[in-house]
Amino acid sequence: MTPAKINSGNSRKIISLHLAVIVILFLLQFVLPEYHHLTMTRIMILAIFAMGYNVLFGYTGLLSLGHAMFFGAGLYGAGLTAYHLGWSVPLAFASGIIAGALLSLLVGCIALRTTGVAFMIVTMMLAQVAYLATLYFTRYTRGDEGLVLSQASRSFEFFGATVDLTNPSTRYNLSLALLGITMSIIYRLVRGKTGRALVAIRENEPRAQMLGYNTFAIKLKALLVSGTLSATAGATFALLFAYIGSSFTTIQYSIDALLFTLLGGPGTVLGPALGTFLMFYLVDIASQYTTAYLLVTGLALIFLVLYFPKGILGTIKHRWLPWLP
Amino acid sequence: MKLLRAHNLSKSFGGVQAVQDVDFDLEQGEIRAIIGANGAGKTTFVSLLSGRITATAGTIEFRGQDITDLPIHKRVRKGIAYTFQITSIFPNLTVLENAAIAAQNRFHASPATIPTDGHPDIYRNANAALQQVGITALQDEPAGAIAYGHQRLLEVAMGLALNPLLLIFDEPTQGLSDAEIQDFCKLVKQINQSTTVLLIEHNMSVVMSLAHRITVFDRGQVLAQGSPDQIRNNANVQAAYLG
Ligand SMILES: Nc1ncnc2c1ncn2[C@@H]1O[C@H](COP(=O)(O)OP(=O)(O)OP(=O)(O)O)[C@@H](O)[C@H]1O
Ligand SMILES: [Mg+2]
Repeated sequence: MTPAKINSGNSRKIISLHLAVIVILFLLQFVLPEYHHLTMTRIMILAIFAMGYNVLFGYTGLLSLGHAMFFGAGLYGAGLTAYHLGWSVPLAFASGIIAGALLSLLVGCIALRTTGVAFMIVTMMLAQVAYLATLYFTRYTRGDEGLVLSQASRSFEFFGATVDLTNPSTRYNLSLALLGITMSIIYRLVRGKTGRALVAIRENEPRAQMLGYNTFAIKLKALLVSGTLSATAGATFALLFAYIGSSFTTIQYSIDALLFTLLGGPGTVLGPALGTFLMFYLVDIASQYTTAYLLVTGLALIFLVLYFPKGILGTIKHRWLPWLP
Repeated sequence: MKLLRAHNLSKSFGGVQAVQDVDFDLEQGEIRAIIGANGAGKTTFVSLLSGRITATAGTIEFRGQDITDLPIHKRVRKGIAYTFQITSIFPNLTVLENAAIAAQNRFHASPATIPTDGHPDIYRNANAALQQVGITALQDEPAGAIAYGHQRLLEVAMGLALNPLLLIFDEPTQGLSDAEIQDFCKLVKQINQSTTVLLIEHNMSVVMSLAHRITVFDRGQVLAQGSPDQIRNNANVQAAYLG
């Protein structure tokens, strides 16, 4: 998990790898049948969620059990403003992201006083509060039943062109673009000085402090990036799929982010995206045979924590490709 | 010139008065040793200086500036580096990366001298620190996998990579072999050419060969202070400590 020494050969390899992933995803849309086309769109959005989660968990070493609240902040930040105030898609999207950023700062100031198990519990409780809030304000959210955005609110003008979010191809490519942006944000973050500081905190916080790092401020920054990216995924979900329901803020979604990250490889840029892809299809296939797909999730979680803590890309990085960011 | 000055410094843990009304100052450029029996309050005292714990009472000045209420990271950035009594490194990261983590927060006397070339500069300074303690060959090993003696040297390198004005060691020779101790003494003398050194040490031959002055702690207070010869011949010290 050591950030490899910077050298231009490595950065060329790294950039090519990430570009290849984007290109493959781009080409996939032309061959995928309709069902998988839609599934991949969802997976890309959830991958953004997991990649955001990974900034805090994989790089900084803080295990949150409440990231669904950030996803929810984006979902409701975008959805409620679009639904009730009639905000255009770009404005609603921005409002979702800002809601996520504000919530991240608030949660950071409370939860970052703790670490380890206490941090898990505090984030879980705060997320529970957020979930209950979505039920309590049923007048605006319609709770479990949720809100459905109107057809009209799902298209917008962009430099003279009309963007229609009901078009599957538009949704696919927008999600892909956001995934690409997320990838480059995280890559830049973890390759730089901040990345080194995050890893130092993950590996030995008291020592990091004694080496001149303001660990609270750095953790707050990590949580801000992490929560805001998760909220971006939530806002995207709301606007692309036009449905805003409280089920997205349940603990199930927090666990999913953890699970996707663990499977793909915590502390690697692409790991969470890979984990999201595999886990999504695993659950999808399992649910054809059993209604107990939650059991699959639980078993996968236990297996990963006990026997495979580095995840797929983490193991590959450790064994063969130390330059992997 | 006085580099550091502590006045009336006290720390109590519940009922235990670990450090009591200590007045202490450090001359710029000296090597100072702190000695004293187990539990005398040595670690507590230097932890107050580094900011790892906060004082119950008293003040600390560094280069004429009151730092009593500064958090750890700000003291480090003012030039105070501390190595832990119990080895504390980043075991999963490479030796070089350990040093780089420190080098990233290198002390700069003035903002004008902060170089702008980022990463290459960090690794250059990290490498220089590893070279100074002589573990360059291990730079790509995971720090947790190298020998204990080398881990202690890595601790020193991390301190050096910070480019400190004051380097504090807490029992640096504990657990080292005689040969390693000799090398360590040479290293400290070399470090001292540019840095003030404060070390807690139980090994009296190390203390006698390195220290310009010695401070003796006893039950949280300064029992005596002076040159190695003065301390050797001090009756109180002999009674209380040297035996
Ligand atoms: N965190 C703490 N909580 C309670 N008591 C403490 C704490 N740290 C130190 N003490 C007590 O303060 C006194 C001084 O301890 P300190 O560790 O400073 O001694 P020391 O001189 O460094 O000893 P040694 O040579 O064994 O390292 C001891 O009585 C110790 O038990
Ligand atoms: Mg001690």
